Amino acid sequence: MTATVDQVEREIGRDRRRKEDQRLITGRTRWTDNLTLPGMLHLAMVRSPFAHATITSVDTSAAKTAPNVVAVYSGADFGDELGVCINAWPITPDQVAPTHSPMPSDRVAFAGEVVAVVVARSAAEARDAAELVDVEYDVLPAALDLKEAAADTVLAHPDLGTNKSALWVFDSGEAGTGAPVEDAIAKARTDGIVIEREYRQQRLIPAFMEPRSVVVDPTGEQYVMYSATQIPHILRFALAATTGVSESKIRVIAPDVGGGFGGKLQVTPEEWIAWAVGRRLGKPVKYTETRSESLLSAHHGRDQWQKLTLSAEKDGTVTGLKVELLADLGAYVAIVGGGVPVLGAFMFNAIYKFPAYHFSVQTVLTNKTWTDAYRGAGRPEATYAIERLMDELAAEVGVDPIAIREKNWIKHDEFPFTTVAGLEYDSGNYEAATARAKEMIGYDELRAEQMARRASGDKVQLGIGVSTFTEMCGLAPSRVLGTLDYGAGGWEHASVRMLATGKVEVVTGASAHGQGHETAFSQIVADRLGVAFEDVEVLHGDTQVAPKGLDTYGSRSLVVGGEALVKAADKVIEKAKPIAAHLLEASADDLEFANGRFSVRGTDQGMAMAEVALATFAAHNLPDGVEASLDSDATYDPVNFNFPHGTHLCAMEVDTETGELKMRKYVCCDDIGNIINPLIVSGQVHGGLVQGIAQALWEEAVYDDSGTLVSGSFVDYLLPTAADTISFEVDHTTSPSLTNTLGTKGVGEAGTIASTPAVVNAVVDAVRHLGVNDIQMPCTPERVWRAIQDGGSGGATTEAAQPHFDEAEGAGA
Amino acid sequence: MIPAAFDYLAPTSVEDALAALAEHGDDAKIIAGGQSLLPVLRMRLNAPEVLIDLGKIDSLRGIRDDGDAIVIGAMTPHSVVGSDPLVAEHAALISKAVEHLADAQIRHRGTFGGALAHADPAGDLGGPAVALGAQFVIQGAGGTRTVGADDFFVDLFETAIGDDEILTEVRIPKHTGWGARHEKFVRIVHQWPIVAVAATVRVDGGTIAEARIGMANMGSTPVRARAVEEALAGQPATEDAVRAAAERADEGTNPPSDLNGDADYRRHLSRVLTRRAVLAAAGA
Repeated sequence: MTATVDQVEREIGRDRRRKEDQRLITGRTRWTDNLTLPGMLHLAMVRSPFAHATITSVDTSAAKTAPNVVAVYSGADFGDELGVCINAWPITPDQVAPTHSPMPSDRVAFAGEVVAVVVARSAAEARDAAELVDVEYDVLPAALDLKEAAADTVLAHPDLGTNKSALWVFDSGEAGTGAPVEDAIAKARTDGIVIEREYRQQRLIPAFMEPRSVVVDPTGEQYVMYSATQIPHILRFALAATTGVSESKIRVIAPDVGGGFGGKLQVTPEEWIAWAVGRRLGKPVKYTETRSESLLSAHHGRDQWQKLTLSAEKDGTVTGLKVELLADLGAYVAIVGGGVPVLGAFMFNAIYKFPAYHFSVQTVLTNKTWTDAYRGAGRPEATYAIERLMDELAAEVGVDPIAIREKNWIKHDEFPFTTVAGLEYDSGNYEAATARAKEMIGYDELRAEQMARRASGDKVQLGIGVSTFTEMCGLAPSRVLGTLDYGAGGWEHASVRMLATGKVEVVTGASAHGQGHETAFSQIVADRLGVAFEDVEVLHGDTQVAPKGLDTYGSRSLVVGGEALVKAADKVIEKAKPIAAHLLEASADDLEFANGRFSVRGTDQGMAMAEVALATFAAHNLPDGVEASLDSDATYDPVNFNFPHGTHLCAMEVDTETGELKMRKYVCCDDIGNIINPLIVSGQVHGGLVQGIAQALWEEAVYDDSGTLVSGSFVDYLLPTAADTISFEVDHTTSPSLTNTLGTKGVGEAGTIASTPAVVNAVVDAVRHLGVNDIQMPCTPERVWRAIQDGGSGGATTEAAQPHFDEAEGAGA
Repeated sequence: MIPAAFDYLAPTSVEDALAALAEHGDDAKIIAGGQSLLPVLRMRLNAPEVLIDLGKIDSLRGIRDDGDAIVIGAMTPHSVVGSDPLVAEHAALISKAVEHLADAQIRHRGTFGGALAHADPAGDLGGPAVALGAQFVIQGAGGTRTVGADDFFVDLFETAIGDDEILTEVRIPKHTGWGARHEKFVRIVHQWPIVAVAATVRVDGGTIAEARIGMANMGSTPVRARAVEEALAGQPATEDAVRAAAERADEGTNPPSDLNGDADYRRHLSRVLTRRAVLAAAGA
């Protein structure tokens, strides 16, 4: 036996192709919009074209007479049964938040807000009739610019009396985790270095591949909602909490979901409207948004002004960091809402040993689309700020950007390390990741080439961008979330069911929407129970199948949900052991379990897990008092976050004549602990990198001065494709996390968090000798060119888009 | 993204199409490849009652050699134009511009005549068309007429094609042996150009004998950089000479300002891209 034991190939660490991909890629799976229920009706939304307006009348009479229209409702047709969209994270006790009706009857607060819904027998008829709904508005002044809104010049919600929602503060002096930052800054002003900068986190749109879709079926004993959501369990809770339906009467199903990036971590007006309409009519209803509606009204991300003050000694040793944020909530405080910048509050100090730290964020209401989590949620903003600042400090001191980081970072032998923000970093090795990344990119050669290009005045200059990021992920732990006033916990639940035939059903409360859980979780369970990868089925995303869970976001599924799975599998083994011992006529103490087999120590006697499962199913010969089931549950709540880190290096060529950018090379060495499936990790890193690079270079949600989303289609919201990116070189160092037994760290957001500053640092590095120390994101060629011309950061984006599709279209092309 | 209901006609001859157009007047829209019209319909920016599809009219498709010109049928897909050896030999500027046009899917569905008739000043084909002096053959009830490129583009989305007429083919005067270069400046590859410069040059013994330059997105129509063309004639194909001439690229233009670039940046780009395009076209 022992000879073959070692030969069993471990599943963990294997490049398994994703078992779910065939059905996902070929589209043969059930996406929400594919569902057709008997007698199902279709919804079309009527949306406000104005950013801020009083609704004076809604005339639905013409729409009601349109062919096959069943009903037309405005907000006035519903009372409390419509419920409200919730904010689950009031970041301060005195947070100011407007009531968020899914379909307001009196006043709209952003362009795209739903004012009426048409119900018809087909989607086309609903759309046609929606054109006939006549809504009259009195336009109100709109709060649009974040800084002006923070000054309350125009009120987004006049009845609230202010746009300022919440001021959340962390101060290391007060918290006892460090010294007062003002002292450090004052000292540096006279005898050191003070770097003061203001950075803009532009507004982004998550732009998931599958637009949001919802089907409500009220015809059974339970009301069923199918939704393209990341959070079926939270959605169920919120429906119960706000619409008066007992939680036990609600079943939520997230079928296969095509991407989210945080954009489907939401409870949406459209879901609530569909719920109310379905219940009112007693018939199944479906609503699927168009891409235009998705860009306009699904929540946006980022949108901050960051005022930053870093103090240091003359040699570049950091002494303090002060962060003052303005964060644009948009028109409402979304489910996580103001919590997004708070998730960044603990990360501005990053991997550096700041002795003093102060963070504040003022969240602000405006008349724009509401904002919420977008891949990284708070940590990309923090990482961008600190990694840009460290480059600025290096330039001020006159040393290499890596040298300034090395001077200030936590050394590998200093872990575990309690930071000035009060977090305990369990493991990491910044030296090793950086050394590897430098080697991958050929750092010294690139610096030499950069010097040569500068010396010769080459029209094409070269920049090398550095980002030595870390982040906190795996949300969880519940106790910490509680201290932050978050409305839920952070545990995760798993069940392992041993079937009579030796196959395994795994139930997880995580809710995959493209991550590959079915594959990675199968690998974990296959190793743990010693069954074949193919014999593990992973079930999720349905509150009837997976009744407990807290869903998927914040890079939590593996590090929290995966650990729950391990614990449930271990319980299965514990339950199987006395049964196996009984059948083998041995003492349980003499049994050992390895590679799916119980063996009696010192003999060739043994029994496979599958045999125990069958015997348990038959239950003909079980020990006295032992139940006829191996099935086990576990709920896991970690004691700490985990802290992936890595070193990302970007080589960028800048055409100084035009401002055009050409990425030459991008390498990263991430430390995400032990890796379950390298192929999935690679996909997460590559995709994450592109999403972060896109913030640096391309994407921006732009509004005009009347509050209309100018970048309202992919013509103007520049989502990159494979043709716009290069092939990245990805490697890893491994410092296993100490906060879960698998030693894993989250990887879903790492690439996005790390890459944005690496790219902008590269662009600035290329032209710093020309008098540039900042270029505002996205670094458009025009901004780069203007920065070279006048040393500025490029200014705001012109709030106009060109027409390419003419309303008076003549001969079609 | 559901268009309003419309009736659909698919005539098999230009005459039938013209008759349908006459019958339905303003209620009708002609659809060629649909790459601009379909988004308009789906976003409900317009809701014509009748669509007249030219896709079944075989005579509108194809490329032929007609002595001093290459003739491209209006319904010829971009992908066919882009891979056509006659076009490559006698109107290389067109081939190079089509390489940069949108993406493969659009090149297979979109048509040469449709894109030009759409008259988006940011379109990829307008610059080459004005540079090469394309002739537009337009058919109406009364017969056909031919309009030169300078008169064809009237304004934003507006051409010389009458409401009761159809563009049937485009004649491209042969520029055999001319060097060609299309410089398209974009932020991501599938977007419309911020500015594009299409240059074709006849070099004679190291001297630029003739140059033709058309630019996209420098005004409400595709525009020719005539000042540069004049300044280049007879100049040596050198960096300095071309640079000096290219400084005049934005003369007489009226570029827009938008989220991809303000007018002054576009003017600057037009000068840089013109220099690069001409030098490349001249083989310098």
